[in-house]
Amino acid sequence: MIHSRRSFIKAAGVSVLAIGAAPAIKAVAASGSGAASLPSKTRRPEAFSAKRWGMAIDCRRMNGDIAGNIVKACRKANNVPDFSHKPDEDKYPGLRPPKKDQELKWIWEESYHHAFPEMEDEFLADKFKSMPFLVTCNHCKNAPCVQACPTRATFKREDGVVMMDFHRCIGCRFCMAACPFGARSFNFRDPKPFIPEINPDFPTRSKGVVEKCNLCAGRLAKGLQPACVEASEGTIVVGDLEDPGSEIRALLKENYAIRRKQELGTEPSVYYIM
Amino acid sequence: MSKNAIIAGLVVFVATALFPFWFNIGGSNAAPEIELSERAKAARYCVLEKYDMRAEHMSLLDEWRDSVVRDADRLYKGTNGKSFNMSLSTGEDSCLGCHTDKEKFCDRCHNFVSVAPYCWECHTTPEEVTR
Repeated sequence: MIHSRRSFIKAAGVSVLAIGAAPAIKAVAASGSGAASLPSKTRRPEAFSAKRWGMAIDCRRMNGDIAGNIVKACRKANNVPDFSHKPDEDKYPGLRPPKKDQELKWIWEESYHHAFPEMEDEFLADKFKSMPFLVTCNHCKNAPCVQACPTRATFKREDGVVMMDFHRCIGCRFCMAACPFGARSFNFRDPKPFIPEINPDFPTRSKGVVEKCNLCAGRLAKGLQPACVEASEGTIVVGDLEDPGSEIRALLKENYAIRRKQELGTEPSVYYIM
Repeated sequence: MSKNAIIAGLVVFVATALFPFWFNIGGSNAAPEIELSERAKAARYCVLEKYDMRAEHMSLLDEWRDSVVRDADRLYKGTNGKSFNMSLSTGEDSCLGCHTDKEKFCDRCHNFVSVAPYCWECHTTPEEVTR
């Protein structure tokens, strides 16, 4: 067999081409059979979904008892500590007493002139003066807390829920300064001793983390209504604001509803039916 | 006569450099045995293969967290065709729902390799709730 330079270069060229093409051929072959076994992450089939979640609170039917039950249900479902709870001495010995101004709240009762300070009036109807107004995170369309967060621990989900990734919160509290509704609380201490009964379905938080209402995103993902709605005896409705056929839109269409501090332009998603 | 000083110095240096080796001679440094719970034994499968799980569980959990919190995707279908609730500690089909004994499963290895993951500051273990 005679080896000429020409035949050697030809053979070498073909070999280089073959080696270069191998990965591409493998990839094509794999895409046909292997795709089905790749892991996938999906919603649960029973999950509730919306284009933009919103809440309507019917203040006409709200009273102190219902409001109290709602606050309690929220605390229980989300492991929000209650500073009026006496910690277990055996489990947590030598705790310093909690400070009232460091309490943690996801939803709470407020009077009219605190909930709607810009709408106060000398001749305000008497019934509003004694009414309990439940206030919580407004899940604003233009949420200032989201813009303020330097770590993207607070972010806006596609479905309108302003969420927190507690893992990522560094406790800088810029969000608390940014929120015009005071809807956020900071864990100045370990919250666990002040949780009367830990709900195993939701984690607690740790010291140095900010927290707020997350519209029970975990419950929505399992096809459950938020805890406040369940305890509200029909006075709170959570639904899709972008769906003209939803219950919340029907309520807003027929009734006069206001939002908190609308003039700030954050576009709150919580409506108060008056 | 610096020869002796150099040799003495070398001996001290080598002894110090090899300290971790001679210090541990004779000690028992066997990796801890983890104990599978009855449920985990009965299931016979996990999210990934055993060795992948050992090496990759932290990045898997990291990925799951982003998916659950940010995209609301909470159902994981693994390469083995099984579905899992993407949760560390909530519900029967979560990690701890199957690996019920955290001390015998998680902590043994974590303690051995001196890692202290702060998962448990917030994620409650089933025993903690009932205790």
